[in-house]
Amino acid sequence: MSSTDISLNKDVHHAHDEHDHHHDQNFFEKYIFSQDHKVIAKQFLFAGIFWGFIGGFLSIIFRLQLGWPEATFTFLEPILGGWIVNGKLDPEFYLALVTMHGTIMVFFVLTAGLSGTFSNFLIPLQIGARDMASGFMNMLSFWIFFLASVVMFWSLFLETGPAGGGWTVYPPLSALPQAISGSKGGMTMWLISMALFIASQLLGGVNYITTVINLRTKGMSMTKLPLTIWAFFLTAILGLLSFPVLLSAALLLIFDRSFGTSFFLSDIYIAGEALANTGGSAILFQHLFWFLGHPEVYIVILPTFGIVSEVIATNARKPIFGYRAMIGSMLGISVLSFVVWAHHMFVTGMNPFLGSVFMFLTLIIAVPSAVKVFNWIATLWRGNIRFTTAMLYAIAFVSLFISGGLTGIILGNSALDIQLHDTYFVIAHFHLVMGAAAFFGMFCGIYHWFPKMFGRMMDEKLGALHFWLTFLSAYLVFMPMHYIGIAGFPRRYYSWTGFDAFNTFTDLNSFISIAAILGFTAQLIFLFNFVYSIFKGRRATANPWHSNTLEWTTPVNPGHGNWPGEIPTVYRWPYDYSKPGAAEDYIPQNVPYSQTQSSNLPYERELE
Amino acid sequence: MITLAIGLSIVLLLVILFLLFRIGTLASIFRGSSQRAVGTTKTSNKVNSILMLLFLIVGGAIFAWSFADAWDDMNQPVASVHGGWTDSLFWTTMIVIGIVFVITQILLFWYSYKYQHKDEKRAYYYPHNNKLEIVWTMIPAVVMALLVFAGWQTWSNITSAAPSDAVVVEVMGKQFSWLVRYPGPDGKLGEANVNLIDATNEIGVDFSDPNAMDDFMPREIHVPKGKPVLLKIRSRDVIHSVFLPHFRVKMDAVPGMPTKFWFVPTKTTEEVRTETGNPDFNFELACTEICGRGHFAMRFILVVDEPEEYEEWLASQTPFIEQNPQLLSKFTQDSKDQVVLEKSAEEVKTEL
Repeated sequence: MSSTDISLNKDVHHAHDEHDHHHDQNFFEKYIFSQDHKVIAKQFLFAGIFWGFIGGFLSIIFRLQLGWPEATFTFLEPILGGWIVNGKLDPEFYLALVTMHGTIMVFFVLTAGLSGTFSNFLIPLQIGARDMASGFMNMLSFWIFFLASVVMFWSLFLETGPAGGGWTVYPPLSALPQAISGSKGGMTMWLISMALFIASQLLGGVNYITTVINLRTKGMSMTKLPLTIWAFFLTAILGLLSFPVLLSAALLLIFDRSFGTSFFLSDIYIAGEALANTGGSAILFQHLFWFLGHPEVYIVILPTFGIVSEVIATNARKPIFGYRAMIGSMLGISVLSFVVWAHHMFVTGMNPFLGSVFMFLTLIIAVPSAVKVFNWIATLWRGNIRFTTAMLYAIAFVSLFISGGLTGIILGNSALDIQLHDTYFVIAHFHLVMGAAAFFGMFCGIYHWFPKMFGRMMDEKLGALHFWLTFLSAYLVFMPMHYIGIAGFPRRYYSWTGFDAFNTFTDLNSFISIAAILGFTAQLIFLFNFVYSIFKGRRATANPWHSNTLEWTTPVNPGHGNWPGEIPTVYRWPYDYSKPGAAEDYIPQNVPYSQTQSSNLPYERELE
Repeated sequence: MITLAIGLSIVLLLVILFLLFRIGTLASIFRGSSQRAVGTTKTSNKVNSILMLLFLIVGGAIFAWSFADAWDDMNQPVASVHGGWTDSLFWTTMIVIGIVFVITQILLFWYSYKYQHKDEKRAYYYPHNNKLEIVWTMIPAVVMALLVFAGWQTWSNITSAAPSDAVVVEVMGKQFSWLVRYPGPDGKLGEANVNLIDATNEIGVDFSDPNAMDDFMPREIHVPKGKPVLLKIRSRDVIHSVFLPHFRVKMDAVPGMPTKFWFVPTKTTEEVRTETGNPDFNFELACTEICGRGHFAMRFILVVDEPEEYEEWLASQTPFIEQNPQLLSKFTQDSKDQVVLEKSAEEVKTEL
């Protein structure tokens, strides 16, 4: 601790004093329209947590319906108003709930909340930069996201309801206001919000990429980057290449909805009249959507790959096993993520030959994913594991990623997808592998970097309690869904009781709902811990986890510009943990080889 | 009053929880455990690592038990030829991934338990091993190659062209029910056009087309056992999806783009009733693509008959136009000529 104080008292009027005008910043510049990447990261984090609770709450409402389809929910009337009729949830409102749950979780929490927080916070700190390449664009990225959030939030309160055609918003359902009331104003606002959201993502993404390429400190070559940075870098590239395609799909849908074009509409008779639209292709939208949609799931999961790798290495006190294989597998996954989108469309009537091609490409992804899992497990082997809350989340992440990832091998097989497509098997699969796992990666990151963000520690006991309850309920919710899915229960069903084939598993559905409520309640522990620790948590030391990466060389509360003096130079990779011969079980990246002669490996001697 | 009492007791509970939390924090300060690096205290490591192991053992046991318990419910009777193929491929793949699942989860939690922090211990510096990486890249690659091959074979068989003698059934999705049409004795479905749809003629059949005259639209789908059935699938409003869970059949119904799926039923409705001991058993058709308010209620019955019964049923059907002769007035001689003209134009096109 004392060493940090000394560095704080050093002369702050160094060569980079253009970054030091934070003294004369007013409140707005400092906390609202801030261009400091750390403040923007926190803004994304707060927004992400806010949306996380909204998205989770929506799922609790529809789990009530699914768990107790015969019950009446009059007690929900005060919050849901007209959406509850005689204690019964309106079926269209049910669809709006699942739609908004999906949209919010995928885009607003696990894309903006996750990448927005950790890419912003960690890229400059871990590569040794004073800030993002363009602080202004970065600020713009958050505030455009904020606008998108306002529009999306507003749509929840429309009388006709928010968008209700599923988070994938397939036309014609989403294009025709006659088809479902969610396709009235709610869908318009959904499209506006998403267009803004995409603009925000692109502004952020350009910034992340530029910063990683151009602003690395002296000595920080690409092969000395922490895996977090590799992950954020690849995520940003995926976003930059795929989000514009979603924008084009959204724009064409706007044209179809508002200007009478027929990009996605043809041969439709609805609400007592035949529409004039002809020649469009509803399937075209799905191709455009999933061209973003599939990379999107990697946009969600790649950052957590990085976070988890970093946390596992730090807390197992071991170098990440196969650093280059980890980078290689992330590169492989990123490339492949662009050529597998049509596995979401095996039963749309697409040419069966295309189905075989996409099955082949999809199943290849299992290989780099398996490599990652084996490497994480190998990193734990003969480690000296510290069970910090972040580490608990990292280990659980690997477990969830295995459980959810393996069923991807089944769903990626077009012959098996015939029966399982759009059933609860799919729900179980993606909630484990990109829902729960990504959330666990996010919690892992929050617990790990909280001390750097707020200068205080989160409470570890509450953290462990939060972890165990969340971990337990994640499995209790999603494992049984596989059984329901194998039985063929279709997703987005308001109730299954109308079918003899789906009249089983009522107890199991109630059980899942109880587990979901438990899981949601456990998040209140997190919320308390998070808010309380910001103000009253134990004060952090500069490097509480004894970690190697550069962010821990900054003061406890890094100011604008991150390092008060010179930016440290990097000499080694970030994973020199428990190196034989070293005094401590970690050697930070900024320690030159000349200071660690006792632990240098033969080929490192020349670098002394 | 009761609300107030509930509210008060919740507040009280929260206060108690908060006090417990504070006491715990203070106690850890007195014990001095807060002076150590996080994650290196004895109790927290012991508790968490034992919980990890317990999670593996107890969680694994509960999973195995619940899986066995749900076994009967999750296996819907299978009643088509290709359903047998996909089911066996499914369970083969499940066994493969099950093995990987068990091994990796055991290693993950066992290592977490075994290599928990000890003050005197130091982790083993082991940054990479290329041989190991190659091994565990190649093994999944080979397994995937085999699975891709098996999947591709099954998929090609299922999606191959339907036999020419297949029973043709047109299924059209609409909000929120299914419309079904059979081609009648001539074996040809008449032309249909979205502009001809009205309250009676819900599919929009063009009755100036001679092929349409014997088309009939039953309230249930009947198909013969052991004969290929070709579903010609269409939608007239939004996307729906034809799902026959017992036949392992699923195909989207897309407006403006006809799709198809063919299968061979292997069991009659009666046979499944005896097999499952459920006298009310019916094959059902459900929608699996979100289509609006009534998405969950698009139920339609499919009956598999013995071939002789099927022929009887077929003979008992009357053409739609005979049931609704008033529709004919809409179709004048002019439009009949038009259809003939379009047909001949189409023939020219195909010849070209």
